[in-house]
Amino acid sequence: MYYYVKSLQYPININHKNPKLAKNIISQYGGPDGELSASLRYLSQRFGMPDQKSKAVLNDIGTEELAHLEMVGTLVHQLTDGVSPEELEKAGLGPYYTDHGWGVYPQAAAGFPYNAVSIAVKGDPVADLTEDLAAEQKARATYEKLIDLCKDDPAVVDVLRYLREREVVHFQRFGEALNGVQEKLYQRNYYLTGGNNNNNNNNGCGCNNR
Amino acid sequence: MSNCCCDNNYNKESLLREIMALNFAVNDLVLYLDTHPNDNRAIRMHNEYSEKVVKLTALYQEKFGPLTVNFTSDTWDWIDEPWPWERGAY
Repeated sequence: MYYYVKSLQYPININHKNPKLAKNIISQYGGPDGELSASLRYLSQRFGMPDQKSKAVLNDIGTEELAHLEMVGTLVHQLTDGVSPEELEKAGLGPYYTDHGWGVYPQAAAGFPYNAVSIAVKGDPVADLTEDLAAEQKARATYEKLIDLCKDDPAVVDVLRYLREREVVHFQRFGEALNGVQEKLYQRNYYLTGGNNNNNNNNGCGCNNR
Repeated sequence: MSNCCCDNNYNKESLLREIMALNFAVNDLVLYLDTHPNDNRAIRMHNEYSEKVVKLTALYQEKFGPLTVNFTSDTWDWIDEPWPWERGAY
């Protein structure tokens, strides 16, 4: 189950408005490589994992991504809070204001709404963990692009740098989880070909060797 | 992270900052231990930070209001602003 802790994972206190940046940053809220994608991907994939390490890593990183979703939403909120409709329109957020006002809606920077098509849950541990490695790299790359676009706003860059670093740590942990799964699969192959329990008598080939 | 946790040295912001730092350290150690469950040094660090953050969270809740829904109070402080996403909520 989940329960709420009334603090962010990393402090965010942006005391100025900057709707132009919010328009791009919102992609990490509801875009294809954003935090909603990440949390939903990992927390859904965990049900199909075969070993202790991969279950734990998906559960715990998926949970941390929910905290990051809250942080990105906080950035968007604080950068647009108190901005007039006219200023929002000047920043290119007129269409956004029309549909969502000052709410934070999960969408990509280009405006399309969140879509679960941006995640995969294959029910295959190697396929899923390999996707997760790519997802962390795509999220890292997105944060780097956002840092390029937010250069003039050090308070925002500080938060984006923190989130970028977490993607690097997650990539490392997913690599270790994938190694663990692959070791387990090799073990199973060993036992199958070793044939200790499975075909003692009736191996179907007519011989009595085992 | 300072090593001091005497009750009187904290204002609201510095205590919450320390709790956030400890929660971060615990979380990062959890992820590391998920894939390195036999690393005794990391287990000891996790124990140390966990114990400390439990104590400091209790102290914060007693002095400044709830951080989780597990608190006791005569007034419903949970709805006090600012919420974490609002400005001024360190």
